[in-house]
Amino acid sequence: MLALQILIDGFAISALYALGATGFTLIFGVSGVLNLSHGAIMVAAAVAAWAAASVLHLDIYTGALFGVGVALIVSFATYFAVVKPIQNSTRIPNEEKEIFVLTGTLLWGIMIQELIAYFFTNNAKTVLPIVEGVVDIFGNRTPRNNIFTALVCCLVIGLLWLLVNRTRTGKAVLAASMNPRGVTLLGLELTQIYIVVWGIYGILAGIAGVLLGMFLGVSSYSVGPLTASAFSIVVLGGLGSVSGSLIAAFVVGYLETITAYMISPAYRTIPALLLLVFVMYIRPQGLLGRR
Amino acid sequence: MANFFTSRLFFISLVCVVVAATLPLYVSGYILGLLTVAFYFGVFAMAWDLLFGFAGEVNFGPTFLIGTGAYTAGILNNQFGWSVYVCILLGALASVVAGFVLALPALRVRGPYFGLTTLVAVLMLQNFVVVFADLTGGEIGLTIPDVITINAGANYWIALGFMTISAAILYGLSQSPVGLVLQASGQDPVQAGALGFNIVKHKLAAFIVSAFFSGLSGALLVFYFGTASVGTVVDVAVGVNVIVSAVLGGRRTVLGAALGAIFLIVAGEFLRPTGELATFIVSAVALLVVLFFPGGFLGAALSREARS
Repeated sequence: MLALQILIDGFAISALYALGATGFTLIFGVSGVLNLSHGAIMVAAAVAAWAAASVLHLDIYTGALFGVGVALIVSFATYFAVVKPIQNSTRIPNEEKEIFVLTGTLLWGIMIQELIAYFFTNNAKTVLPIVEGVVDIFGNRTPRNNIFTALVCCLVIGLLWLLVNRTRTGKAVLAASMNPRGVTLLGLELTQIYIVVWGIYGILAGIAGVLLGMFLGVSSYSVGPLTASAFSIVVLGGLGSVSGSLIAAFVVGYLETITAYMISPAYRTIPALLLLVFVMYIRPQGLLGRR
Repeated sequence: MANFFTSRLFFISLVCVVVAATLPLYVSGYILGLLTVAFYFGVFAMAWDLLFGFAGEVNFGPTFLIGTGAYTAGILNNQFGWSVYVCILLGALASVVAGFVLALPALRVRGPYFGLTTLVAVLMLQNFVVVFADLTGGEIGLTIPDVITINAGANYWIALGFMTISAAILYGLSQSPVGLVLQASGQDPVQAGALGFNIVKHKLAAFIVSAFFSGLSGALLVFYFGTASVGTVVDVAVGVNVIVSAVLGGRRTVLGAALGAIFLIVAGEFLRPTGELATFIVSAVALLVVLFFPGGFLGAALSREARS
């Protein structure tokens, strides 16, 4: 019975990790940017959804949409205010742009985190779930919200797959991740592709953030751990590889759930960290990474 | 090296240190305490700059080295009651071992992958501190029975002297042939290796030197505070402050990193009346510097001097 419970509980959290990490890896794959404000954007979405419901008294659906919208705006702001100026800067040598983007987005994330803490305090906030109640799966009482979370995550990832593989815009994004120079030679504007990618990223991070707010609740303290977990999942899967991130998300999600159930919730993150170190030694490019 | 002693930078540094040394004669203990912490932080930032600016290693985990040194010193003093100086020395040595451990992945993986390894190292250390709470004091912090001295002025002079000596050694190292080889191997390891330099040896040395100073400074800091806690020497946020200091002051300048750290600590304190917004303002200023003066304080000043 415990095995089934772990299977069910782990699936929801893994799917959520997968959704959060997909956007992160997409951005890296296309523009080589590691966005360290990722956690802050997710928390901003969740807090916005919470505020819409409890401060502005909007209904749950509008609240969730509002949260995703805020994530989209913050995502574009990150690109235009922080990432783009660094990428276009002539004063920063090219080989150092990576560390500048890392530092810049890190600072930006801290700014968002502090603003949230200032206006909405550090207290944990739980977004009202869209579906309530509990269902019984073979004797395991499972909140409907878990199933809903898992379903939405799978649906959104499926839609993303369709978008990338079946539409013209998506194919351009895919091409840019393979060879940016080749794409510009074909007459596509790289900046426009970046804007599309940051848009997709904002929506993904927003949905993941709102779902996380319903599932576990967030506070401004979750910013760092969220970024760290997305970062480790993405590196474990191989930077820039979306399918690698999906696998890694499930590996990490289940490993954490198994540890929490079998050993102690206090050790939840340790095996995943050990695995990460181990993989880095054996296979530095990650599970499915290219070098 | 010889013309450094006649350069403007040397005189400015000398004047700064002399002025700073006279501060305890006329400023309050509150400011001295603030600057004492800032000086130890300056050493963290300079040690980090040696690794990042010169060896080109993106180390997200400066607090892994700092925390190892700080906690080793603290635990030895707490458990065995050994003398403060023995504990500080052993703390620095433990940190060197930690630097060695951190250097191993650096020789295999690069860029973001190495960055993540260092971040994981910090998270592991943090978990270790929390899990072995009997030994480390857990989340509450470790009480340290001994302190170096309780005199604010003496503490200040120790910190200032320590920072000045560290700065001299680290800056000297960065300007020496060893520093140049490090810089070359950070920028293009293949080419530097082709020129016949032993990159592995140089990088290991950089890690060990950086770890030694980080650990020493961390150990001194906990004996100043009289307590070691995750929030002061291990937390990722502390590491972020170290990185921000180094980038603010100007990477690859070593001395700038110390300036950045002092600025960050003092600014954070002066903004305390703004309450929770203090961190926001400091981060915003740091972001603006990163965006508009990528060379940092000292970088901007030095390039102006070079141009004129």
